[in-house]
Amino acid sequence: MAEEHEAQRHPEQAEATNGAAAEPYMLEMESVSVHYGAVVALEHASLGIRRGEVVAVMGPNGAGKSTVLKAIMGLAPVSEGHVYWRDAPLTTATHEIVKHGISFVPQGRRLFTHLTIEENLEMGCPYLRDKVERRRRMDTVMDLFPVLADKRKDLASQMSGGQQQMLALGRGLMANPEVLLLDEPTLGLAPNIVASVFFNVSLISEQLGTMIMVVEHNIKGVLDIVDRAYILDNGRVVFEGTPDDVRETNILTEVFLGKVQPMDEE
Amino acid sequence: MATNTPETTEEGRRPGLIPRLANGNVELWANLIVLVWVIAFVLWQGVGFAITIGTVFAIWAILAVSLNLVIGFTGLLSVAHIGFFGIGAYSVAILTSKTDYSLLRTEGIPTYELPFFAALPVGIALAGLTALVVGVVFNRFRDDVFVLVSFGFAIISFNLFLNARAITRGAFGIHDVARPVIGTRVLDGELEFLVMALVCLALVSALAWFIVTSSFGRVLTAIREDEQAASVFGYQVTHYKLAIWVISAMMAAVAGGLFSSWTSFIDPNSFILLESILLVSIVILGGLATIWGSLLGAMTFVLLEEGMRFIPFLPDVYVGQARQVVLGVMLVLLMLFRPQGLLGRYRL
Repeated sequence: MAEEHEAQRHPEQAEATNGAAAEPYMLEMESVSVHYGAVVALEHASLGIRRGEVVAVMGPNGAGKSTVLKAIMGLAPVSEGHVYWRDAPLTTATHEIVKHGISFVPQGRRLFTHLTIEENLEMGCPYLRDKVERRRRMDTVMDLFPVLADKRKDLASQMSGGQQQMLALGRGLMANPEVLLLDEPTLGLAPNIVASVFFNVSLISEQLGTMIMVVEHNIKGVLDIVDRAYILDNGRVVFEGTPDDVRETNILTEVFLGKVQPMDEE
Repeated sequence: MATNTPETTEEGRRPGLIPRLANGNVELWANLIVLVWVIAFVLWQGVGFAITIGTVFAIWAILAVSLNLVIGFTGLLSVAHIGFFGIGAYSVAILTSKTDYSLLRTEGIPTYELPFFAALPVGIALAGLTALVVGVVFNRFRDDVFVLVSFGFAIISFNLFLNARAITRGAFGIHDVARPVIGTRVLDGELEFLVMALVCLALVSALAWFIVTSSFGRVLTAIREDEQAASVFGYQVTHYKLAIWVISAMMAAVAGGLFSSWTSFIDPNSFILLESILLVSIVILGGLATIWGSLLGAMTFVLLEEGMRFIPFLPDVYVGQARQVVLGVMLVLLMLFRPQGLLGRYRL
């Protein structure tokens, strides 16, 4: 039944799948529009992420990058289109989305600064009652980011920007997500810290097999770690391809200089 | 061993009391000054007056601790608390009063003559139920709008107490509110009542402490800091806010029940908006998100309020206004120089 539904929604993708080409998307936005009053934040944007992928969403300021993640998380008013998770429409309230295995690391880290590192991590798995499992997950995060283990009883406010970003990633991982949505994880960080954030994002993907969709301004850095990239401009998806595709075209220059046409008008 | 360094000693312990005081530790100074103030007051005015002050303190402190759960720990600035205090007070008064109103030659209300400990749970439940209904609506609002709607609730409550004369007797008030009875012993002595009020305060404080140190309290802290982030991580913040709102209202009703029993007479003047604002001031004075701070704030307020009576050049008629002026000036100074209050974790 799900396959039929999938075939109806994406005949081209189902065909490709039969031909053992592209896998279907696990998480998908299909022609989603988001309007804030008269302002169009997203217009018929279609994006997706496949199992095991790391995907970047890039574009200039105001292109609608963060709105993509907010629309998935139910934080932006979707006026048209749908978000699908494992072929089923994702219509649950924001606080229930984490139950589906989708975790969000918002822009600016947004840690709970009056809670300790350990408490911040525990906040990441509200539905987990099993203390042993919670401890196991915390150990996994601490193994991934040893700096957190050294300061587990410190307040989050006492950490440096880079350490706070590690904590934000760790908190996102505590829900043991299948998909991690990262909104500008390197925002406001020093260049040497930026490199370590990208390294850690790769590490999460490789060691835990988590799908990652990352909205990012740092084009050079993010292209080194992703499998595919979407480029947005004025709320529309104007390009989709591998990092090499992006590098081979001058799409980014055009987008940032405002000379690009949307994909569906080409 | 005390050293002159303000930081931790070689053993990693905090330095002694005197170095910390010398370092301008405001929290320590605040505790010490209030303690000395209390002792001086008791020595000066005698034990009888201290008992009275102690009871007033216990009632205000229950209110402050309960309101701090909402304002301090959850970040919802509410001036509605006086309404729940009033519901508790009126419930106990209506259900326990034995007055024969025909003798007073004013309009009467039905009397039920229940014992205090039967009436108090009714008041607590009624306040909780009201908070639940009101909270479902209030949950739609945040920040300044939340303050305004809580303001509206305080005004509506006062007007209900004043105008629902068939049950509250309006401005005439309710007389002869019963004192608590334990076994065959009526707690009609001031000292006995003080002990009971302090026991109630201890229970409320213990419950508040349990709440804020639990995982539930941790979520409240998270909501206070970033409601949307808490929601993204899977917490249904409206449920948490509603739960603490109802619990806090029920605690306020305990204070209300004690108040009406202690004074044995209540009328709507005890539940005006100004009292609610004074209560918010106490919470800010003591500090947001600290239970001990609420106790300290309540004690400071009571000492200030009662201390006014003994200022020689201040006529009695101005005492009430003077306490408001002093508290107002103190709040302005706090906002200027210590916006987190005496012991607070957060700024307003």
